Amino acid sequence: MSLALIVMLPFIGALFPALLLRAGRNACATATFTFSLAAFILLIFQAPAVLQGETLHASWQWLPKLGLAVSFMLDGLGLLFAGLILGIGLLVIFYARFYLSKQDNMGSFYTYLLLFQGAMLGIVLSDNILLILVFWELTSLSSFLLIGYWKHLPAGRQGARMALTVTGAGGLSLIAGLMLLGHIVGSYDLSVMLQHRELIQSSPLYLPALLLILGGCFTKSAQFPFHFWLPHAMAAPTPVSAYLHSATMVKAGIFLLARLWPVLSGTPEWFYLVATTGLITMLVAAWIALFKDDLKGLLAFSTVSHLGLITLLLGLGSPMAAVAAVFHIINHATFKAALFMNAGIVDHETGTRDIKQLGGLWHLMPITATLAMVAAASMAGVPLLNGFLSKEMMLEQVAHTAWLDQPWLMAIIATLAALCSVAYSFRYIVHVFFGPQRHDYPDHPHDPPLGMWLPPAILVCLVILIGLFPQTFAGALVASSAKAVIGGALPEYHLAIWHGVTPALWMSVIALIGGLSLLAGYRKVRSAWEAGPHPDAKAMFQVWIKGLVQLAQVASHGLHNGSLQRYLAWMVGAAVVVGYGAFMNSSLSAGSRELLPAHPTAIAAWLLLILGCLLTVWLHHQRLLALIMVGVIGMVVCVGFVYLSAPDLALTQISVEVVTVILMLLALNVLPKTTPKESGFGRKGRDILLATSAGVGIATLVWAFLTRDFTTLSDYYLAESLPGGGGTNVVNVILVDFRGFDTYGEITVLGIAALLIFALLDGALHGGSAAKRLAQWLPDQARAADRHPLMLVVAARVMLPLALLVGVFIFLRGHNVPGGGFIAGLVVSVALIMQYMASGFGWAAQKIRLDYHAMIGSGVLLAGLTGIGSWLFGYPFLTSSVLHLDLPALGEIHIASAMFFDAGVFSVVVGATMLALSQLSQIGRRAEALPVNQAAMDCDPSHPLQKDPSWKP
Amino acid sequence: MEALVASAVGVLTAAGIYLLLRGRTFPVVLGLALLSYATNIFLFAIGRLKINQAPILSDTALGYTDPLPQALVLTAIVISFAMTAVIVVMSLRSYLESGSDHVDGAQQNKEEA
Repeated sequence: MSLALIVMLPFIGALFPALLLRAGRNACATATFTFSLAAFILLIFQAPAVLQGETLHASWQWLPKLGLAVSFMLDGLGLLFAGLILGIGLLVIFYARFYLSKQDNMGSFYTYLLLFQGAMLGIVLSDNILLILVFWELTSLSSFLLIGYWKHLPAGRQGARMALTVTGAGGLSLIAGLMLLGHIVGSYDLSVMLQHRELIQSSPLYLPALLLILGGCFTKSAQFPFHFWLPHAMAAPTPVSAYLHSATMVKAGIFLLARLWPVLSGTPEWFYLVATTGLITMLVAAWIALFKDDLKGLLAFSTVSHLGLITLLLGLGSPMAAVAAVFHIINHATFKAALFMNAGIVDHETGTRDIKQLGGLWHLMPITATLAMVAAASMAGVPLLNGFLSKEMMLEQVAHTAWLDQPWLMAIIATLAALCSVAYSFRYIVHVFFGPQRHDYPDHPHDPPLGMWLPPAILVCLVILIGLFPQTFAGALVASSAKAVIGGALPEYHLAIWHGVTPALWMSVIALIGGLSLLAGYRKVRSAWEAGPHPDAKAMFQVWIKGLVQLAQVASHGLHNGSLQRYLAWMVGAAVVVGYGAFMNSSLSAGSRELLPAHPTAIAAWLLLILGCLLTVWLHHQRLLALIMVGVIGMVVCVGFVYLSAPDLALTQISVEVVTVILMLLALNVLPKTTPKESGFGRKGRDILLATSAGVGIATLVWAFLTRDFTTLSDYYLAESLPGGGGTNVVNVILVDFRGFDTYGEITVLGIAALLIFALLDGALHGGSAAKRLAQWLPDQARAADRHPLMLVVAARVMLPLALLVGVFIFLRGHNVPGGGFIAGLVVSVALIMQYMASGFGWAAQKIRLDYHAMIGSGVLLAGLTGIGSWLFGYPFLTSSVLHLDLPALGEIHIASAMFFDAGVFSVVVGATMLALSQLSQIGRRAEALPVNQAAMDCDPSHPLQKDPSWKP
Repeated sequence: MEALVASAVGVLTAAGIYLLLRGRTFPVVLGLALLSYATNIFLFAIGRLKINQAPILSDTALGYTDPLPQALVLTAIVISFAMTAVIVVMSLRSYLESGSDHVDGAQQNKEEA
């Protein structure tokens, strides 16, 4: 539990800084510090057990089917990294309180910092590689926020974007790699995975997995050639650099290399990929660092170089090298974090980080200078400091390793890199703090307040203490974390200052002397360097990104040019290609199901349908004719349903058909009546090709399944319909009972669609260019002289009660014979629409006082309440129950609770249909600009015309 | 019979897609209506074809056709009505707003015309 709490505390704490900002900057920093401290104390409590060799676990299932578990593990390596993350985190939080100026939003800074801290802890403590991936991406995101913290600086935004792009791409690679690894082992648990070295290394997927994982690690840890993002990330505030770019985020890649070391290392592939990358990175970055004038740029490249050193050690694959790597992780974190904070102090106090503008600060800021000298000397590898110890161990290892069959090559390159490292470290000391005092510093330099120099001072103390007494201050931690990396017994070693006269000592001496003489002749070296070529990684990166963006634009503009026709053509085309592709690749034989004979009537109906389709396409420029053809097709479909044992469908189809045609007519009244002939020959040809290939495909598919037998789960419904649902019309029982939840969703959709229609048309009625156009609209067709013909009005009026009765009848019987709420609702709607059509919208609306919005709402509500009602009796949502009543006059009556549900369906269908149609006819009325008629019909025979007494011939 | 249904679905699909690819809204609406027919029959046909075997339970019935596709199609018919209604109204509103019934609105219309 406490393991999970260590990870969760920073995330919980992340809520507070932003909230507490109003209480002041100190409250904000204190809250952040407290949460980190709590996590740190929890970690310390676990430390003794871990240092004695125990591994702590805590685990909860999350998505077991995916192999994803929230499981944490604390072993030596986790303890080392968690300690660095929290320990240096605490110092950075403290330091940042004094570093950030009043203009900076401290709340968001600390929130980002804690998010980052939690994500880092998640990486190093997770026992599930999928969980690691989640936290890994979280570090990329939170570091993006931190690097781009100064949003007003373009460099900050660009640097953040570059870091996110590179580490994000690496993250994708890592996901693929770890997935492969999990696939090889068959488990995503790290503890399980680490047991399967043989299995992983003998798998043919080992090399792809290794390459992908290294892609993730090398980008995160800024290894050559992905190192270029780190210097640009230096646009971040210095506390961020000190935290992310020395001790934590850039070490995440190293961490993963170390974590997977037991199963991945030891192969020639691992050696040549990892060690070579580390070696090149170490040398190239150290060389570039020598010529960086920006203090943080120098430190950034030096970080890259030291990360290369650790990568090299891990790449060597020997247990002793792993011990050295772990030791250097500790040492580098201490002196580099101190140096970053130191660079921040110099920048803060002098107003510049440019080495060319600095120098002679020794007397102005003695504390800062002292701290810088110790930390930089450790970075250079000067004896008695911790950097010396691990660098010696590295040189010792390298001296005994042959590379490309050359026993001395690696040693020479490593010595050269160490030489450069000495040179740039001393350049940091000499060119900043020594030399003549200047009079043109942008600010007035002096030592900073205690709050700013104390955190680096603590780190520098560690540098010295570990340097003098390595076994006392770091021995246990190194031993337990190295053991975790190696996964077996530790090699014979002792951490000490003096190992006798070894090759490594000579290499150190050469590096020290060579580095100092390089610095002595710095001016010459510099001019030689400046004459050479300087490939600009940022420019190359931008060219590359620009190319990608252009490619994406070409692709997306080609597909998505904003034209619906283009989109639809692509969609249909893609569906056709995929469909035919699947069809061609399957070995389908002809079906063997016994077929039904085709009755001559069926053939006639079929001919009618085909003719209807052809005519619709042929005549689509004349919209009214095309609409009539669609109506004909609908009728054939309806008859087809009757013929093929689907009476419910036929009833629904015919009533929907009526309503649809009326709706389209209402819309067509305002829309143009003809379609211009626009499509060229080529466009038509393309569309015909697409349409026919899709049609042939679908027809073949239908033919394929119609000629085959199948199994259905409908036997259950047929058997249970009467006993379980209380009805003999199985389709209706399925709708309102078995699959009532689906139906509930569908009526909700229907209601939403009606409201959408209302909103769309209501907007057109009230203001805007639509209302203006509607007012200016002129009829484009001749109007009938009798708007409300006598015959139609009388027929509609006589039919209304009859139709309502039919509606009720259909509704009531629906549970047992064809009918039900859907159909009854449509029938009643048609009856009501007839009134509108006969007497005009305005007149009818005055008489029919139904609130269609309320009908939709109450319908959905009723259906929902019926469903909830079954909860009262302890049944799941929408369980139906049947009530048998024996009434004196009516006899036995079955009332299923599903009937109330069906009543809700009925209400929604009527409300939705009528809302849509009445709103459409409103539009028509507005367009025609006609007054509301006073009488129901044009000429009412029951009121004979009065002779006008004033009339005279 | 099966061949008739299969070919009818195919022809409805082809006609629907052709109209769907036209440049004006009203043919697109008609195309969608035809596609809805095709889809509904397609779904219905998944339960295979039977004559005089409606899924109404009775003692004298010879057999029953599959009720499940029918239930699905029944709601599908109502939903496709709602969809058609929304599309019609959208085309109407867009015509009133832009003064053009081209599927891409007035601007595109000028460019392509």
